[in-house]
Amino acid sequence: MNVIVLVKQVPDTENVKLDPETGIMIREGIDVVMNPFDSHGLELALRIKESRGGKVTVISMGPPNTEEVLREALALGADEAILLTDRIFAGSDTWATSFVLSEAIRRLSLDFDLIICGEKATDGETGQVGPEVGALLDLPVITYVSNVIDVSDGEMILERSVEDGVERWKVKLPALISVMRSVAEPRLPTLAGKKKALKMEIKVFSGKDLGFDPKEVGLSGSPTRVVSVFNTKVSRECVLYEGKELEEGLKKIIEILKPFVEGDGR
Amino acid sequence: MIMVLNNAFDKNSLELLGKARELASKVGYKVVLFLITGKEENFERAGGYGADEAVVAVHPRLKRFSLDPFLKISERVVRRYNPSIIISPATTFGRTLLPALAAKLKTGLTADCTGLDIDDEGNLLQTRPAIGGNVMATIKTPNHRPQMATVRPKTFPIPNYDDSKKAKVIMEEVKDEDLEDRCFLLDFKEKELEANIQEADVIVSVGKGLRRKENVEIARKLARLVRGAVGATRAVVDAKWLSQDHQVGLSGKVVKPKVYIAAGISGAVQHIAGMQTSEFVIAINKDKYAPIFKVADLGLVADAASTLEEIARRLESIEEAGN
Repeated sequence: MNVIVLVKQVPDTENVKLDPETGIMIREGIDVVMNPFDSHGLELALRIKESRGGKVTVISMGPPNTEEVLREALALGADEAILLTDRIFAGSDTWATSFVLSEAIRRLSLDFDLIICGEKATDGETGQVGPEVGALLDLPVITYVSNVIDVSDGEMILERSVEDGVERWKVKLPALISVMRSVAEPRLPTLAGKKKALKMEIKVFSGKDLGFDPKEVGLSGSPTRVVSVFNTKVSRECVLYEGKELEEGLKKIIEILKPFVEGDGR
Repeated sequence: MIMVLNNAFDKNSLELLGKARELASKVGYKVVLFLITGKEENFERAGGYGADEAVVAVHPRLKRFSLDPFLKISERVVRRYNPSIIISPATTFGRTLLPALAAKLKTGLTADCTGLDIDDEGNLLQTRPAIGGNVMATIKTPNHRPQMATVRPKTFPIPNYDDSKKAKVIMEEVKDEDLEDRCFLLDFKEKELEANIQEADVIVSVGKGLRRKENVEIARKLARLVRGAVGATRAVVDAKWLSQDHQVGLSGKVVKPKVYIAAGISGAVQHIAGMQTSEFVIAINKDKYAPIFKVADLGLVADAASTLEEIARRLESIEEAGN
């Protein structure tokens, strides 16, 4: 069973600090890492390969240094890594990104039974690229997958976590799924894996290699435009109670919560 | 035309209708509520919340969202009506259907907006939080139609109902081929209320400052009393005190309850990104200098577990007195 994992390189937001004055994330000197949600997706792909055979291909669109993230995927056990990198891809919104990823999969005639992506990336937080790629490739799509129950030839059974509960779905393959962190806990790379990955080739394709017209990708191919960016430090004046004043604070809290207790007159 | 697209005639539909009406009035557009749903209701009522028309596809098989039928029906209807703007709630429904629909329509989509406005040319100004939530970006879709956005639930007020207005209801026929689906729903298990952090009015959220896994029970008890949910930091989820459904923050869910109680949470930037737009924040932490107090309205410098216990005890006596 062949699995494609779509990965994104993101700033390491697990380790960022806030600027105490402005309240803005300090982005200088932050490492780039694989989007944490994608790491869980990759782990799921590796487990499917280990139980059912086949291969795992990781694909990313990003700047040249995305190679590091792809190399990490190879070290963990991916068989093939594809990097789509070109200045003409820069500034792509979710539509243009999805167009490039889906067309690359099509034009490279990649053979797959399943495409996995993370529920969202921790930087853009849109979660749109997965369903967009699925729709562009006309695949069945299940989002918010929290658990994979069974994988067999031609179909899989999985759980999807939604607002009011958990749905259990049977999906025909090939399909695209977007996964939550609970699907699988990522393994750590081994020294042997890292050494092996150093010798593996990362296949790099430019826009020209794949026959993209610069007008249809990147910023010029993106329907959306950022008009303005502004800071909004949520400023709250915290009334702090400590020591002898605690009782007063507690009383305030009870006043605030009381209506919810009496809510339905139970 | 501004179209509000949803899978239920629920609070999310109402708040989007209210906003759509406001935007439409500025530029003289029509407001259409487009529902793909499982149950027949009095859809004329949509008029009282701001809709001119309600286009409704109803079939029992459309009770729970599945992309294949929803995409087929929505693409057909949208191509027929050609709306200038489509908005949906940023729920698991909206965040799945709208990207797929935008891909099919070759147009732009902005995720999880917390502000919407319209300019004189009818451009939708879509404002959303960018990384970490301290930066906001306003986005527009200048040359493509429809302009599409998902909107974070509870962003806009639910409009007052005007019973003098009725929407014109247009039923969209659901054909057999619309229901063809490559995904098959086997079963559905309802989540307990305490895990539904995105819809709860009150969230009792816990961090490692609660000290012991057993103390999560205190938060559960308090959440039950206020009919709320239990939230958690990533550290708490990683330690398996609570499941991932409960996680608030960058790698969890973004929440916006009426009251957010952060108990034993120091306030890592990743956590704050997920809760800072809550209406009222109560923080309880032993460390007076914990960053969580900077995003709180009311803070107690105290032990989290015993304070939650005390709050629960007092509310319990109120509950008993009410019986």
